[in-house]
Amino acid sequence: MTQVLVQLGLKVTLLEAGPMLNPARDFKEHMWPYALDHRGAGPDGAAYFGGGSNYFGAHAGGYQIPGEPYTAAPGSQFRWMRSRITGGRTNHFGRIFFRCSDYDFKPYSNDGLGTDWPISYEDLSPYYDKAESFIGVAGTTEGLRSAPDGIFQEPPPPRVHEALIQGSCRNLGIPCIPARMAVLTQPHNGRPPCHYCGQCTRGCVTAANYSSSQVQIFPAMETGRVTLINNAMARELITDDSGTITAVSYIDKVTRAEQQIRCRSVVLAASAGESARLLLNSKSSRHENGLSNSSGTVGRFLTDSIATSVRAYVPALDGMPIHNTDGTAAYHMYAPWWELSKPNKDFPRGYHIEIRGGYNMPRVGGFNDLCRRNQGYGQSLKDAIKKDYGTWISLNGRGEMIPNADSFCEIDTNSVDQWGIPTLRFHFKHSEYEFKMVEHMQQHFTAILEGTGGTVEPDSRPTADKISTGGSVTHETGTVRMGDDPSTSALNKYCQSHEVRNLFVADAGPFVSHPEKNPTLTIVALAWRTAEYLAEEMRKGNV
Amino acid sequence: MATLINRRELLVQIAGIAAVSGSVGTAKAKHVHREVTTAQVGPYTAKAFNAHEEKTLRTLCERIVPGATEGGAFEYIDLLSSNSDRLAAIYHGGLASLDHQSVERTTALFVDASPAQQTALLDLIAFRENADSHPDLRPCIRFFDWVRRMTVDAYYTSAAGIRDIGFKGNGALAEYTVPQEALDYALQRSGLS
Repeated sequence: MTQVLVQLGLKVTLLEAGPMLNPARDFKEHMWPYALDHRGAGPDGAAYFGGGSNYFGAHAGGYQIPGEPYTAAPGSQFRWMRSRITGGRTNHFGRIFFRCSDYDFKPYSNDGLGTDWPISYEDLSPYYDKAESFIGVAGTTEGLRSAPDGIFQEPPPPRVHEALIQGSCRNLGIPCIPARMAVLTQPHNGRPPCHYCGQCTRGCVTAANYSSSQVQIFPAMETGRVTLINNAMARELITDDSGTITAVSYIDKVTRAEQQIRCRSVVLAASAGESARLLLNSKSSRHENGLSNSSGTVGRFLTDSIATSVRAYVPALDGMPIHNTDGTAAYHMYAPWWELSKPNKDFPRGYHIEIRGGYNMPRVGGFNDLCRRNQGYGQSLKDAIKKDYGTWISLNGRGEMIPNADSFCEIDTNSVDQWGIPTLRFHFKHSEYEFKMVEHMQQHFTAILEGTGGTVEPDSRPTADKISTGGSVTHETGTVRMGDDPSTSALNKYCQSHEVRNLFVADAGPFVSHPEKNPTLTIVALAWRTAEYLAEEMRKGNV
Repeated sequence: MATLINRRELLVQIAGIAAVSGSVGTAKAKHVHREVTTAQVGPYTAKAFNAHEEKTLRTLCERIVPGATEGGAFEYIDLLSSNSDRLAAIYHGGLASLDHQSVERTTALFVDASPAQQTALLDLIAFRENADSHPDLRPCIRFFDWVRRMTVDAYYTSAAGIRDIGFKGNGALAEYTVPQEALDYALQRSGLS
């Protein structure tokens, strides 16, 4: 967003709730576990009691931020990942970069559930092109409707465990293709290619992968048209009598003083939860339900990806010569949705499959299962650990959740954070569609793993316990959705508020449905489109 | 096989990107290959355990994972226990219970028992199923689980353990390739080739 606005000649002030990113300090790439005396368990061993932070991640935040609480309503579970630093969660995300398919934009037309987007694949496709061309994405052209092709660099080859899954998928008629990753394999726009340490989520100091901080914000700052205000926690959007936003009120976290900055227009890119929170907190006599919320839809339609996993011991990997399996982050191969045209499924939408395995860097907790199974001690225990190393493959689903009336966030009127800003309360519920999808995932992951000769680890938990907790995939979407009808949506098809002309949203809040594709590329493409529209509207004097 | 980028080359690349982004100084970016050495000066002073507990725990760790001493297992457990009342309670109580069982069986504290006597006790407490036949050992069996888990964590996250298990990554490669012999090995054994 910033990069595009600056390219189009506009001046941008960025309000960031956290500090400035210093990759050399904040990124944990290449750090050995023994660089920390607690090895990542936490100084108080929190990892042994179900807690602990990811000391090797580039989070600058996490599921809990001291002094900035949120709650889940009784009967609901929800985890909210926040990152307070320039570039936010793009510093540490998995770099998975999928386009949505044509059908993803028209879910209601397809199966009568949810709501259609006010835009089509054709509307967004040029912006997918622009984003991919600028950022650099590894992948291959496959011609699959469930995995639209883009502009790709050559991807890295399949690792051995991925080749096994690919072979098993082939026998089962399931496509298994190179992943699309925002990781360079060739030099691009002054950025070097990946050096294959597999640690994208720790932050990449060379910027061989995409983060908004290193790839867009820092270069945009070079133009001199960007003012970055760090440690600025937005509290409220201030409107005048005509309902136009005139200023943003924020807390300077360093002085704890409230400040206001005047503006011509505002773009919220704070994450779905924070953008909804800011709008709901921007109450006035003219906007009793919060800003841009006459429809009452702000905070509603909250979704997260549906995840479940199955893992197996694969004897074919036992005794293989140990080699470097780091590669790029996450996975080199994946299985896009393959039952698009199958009739009579008992769940309407789809999912894709992520593959994990290899000889990973040892970490605290990584040997728990082996210790539990093997027991014993001494040389026999060490031999068992060595023999077990790298012999497991796990398959992880990422499925589409259908927005429902029971999943939303609202202001918790009893609670403020340490900046005095009212906090969010989450309500979250999965429907039968999600349960059925997870059962389908479990069955097919088992079949694929058994097709490699693998022995699947038994998991006797009920289906409801095999679904990821809401928010834990960190793909929250849909809280400030767009649409053509102002009575059922907060934003128009350019992610501009129906009610407040100079208000735009450029995160996953505008999503109308939650396709199984990981959301980042669609966020970037939508933001690019919104930026061009905003610049043009400003040029015309409409904003 | 994949080619290693030498450190100088990588740093030149980093310097390049730093120039583009204006965000990272070359000197700071060198952290990309920092190797941390935690040089211990003088003898280690335990934070959570007394001298007898330290001696017992060091012995136990080394019996569970030969090499655990070099891997810093005692220091790891000591640090975490010094910051956690829960862990401290588990270890103080567990070590006392281990001594009690050793005295019951051999009249000697665990560290004073012969290696064979130690082995006889460890062979009982290292397996959950013995809880049924030896109800008096249940606390020791649960304690042993804790020590095993944390010793294994400490050892395999140490430089010695990482070398031992054979992890080859955390480096910088000019290109990523998969060894053909590894691919052939697994595909043939799986019957998928």
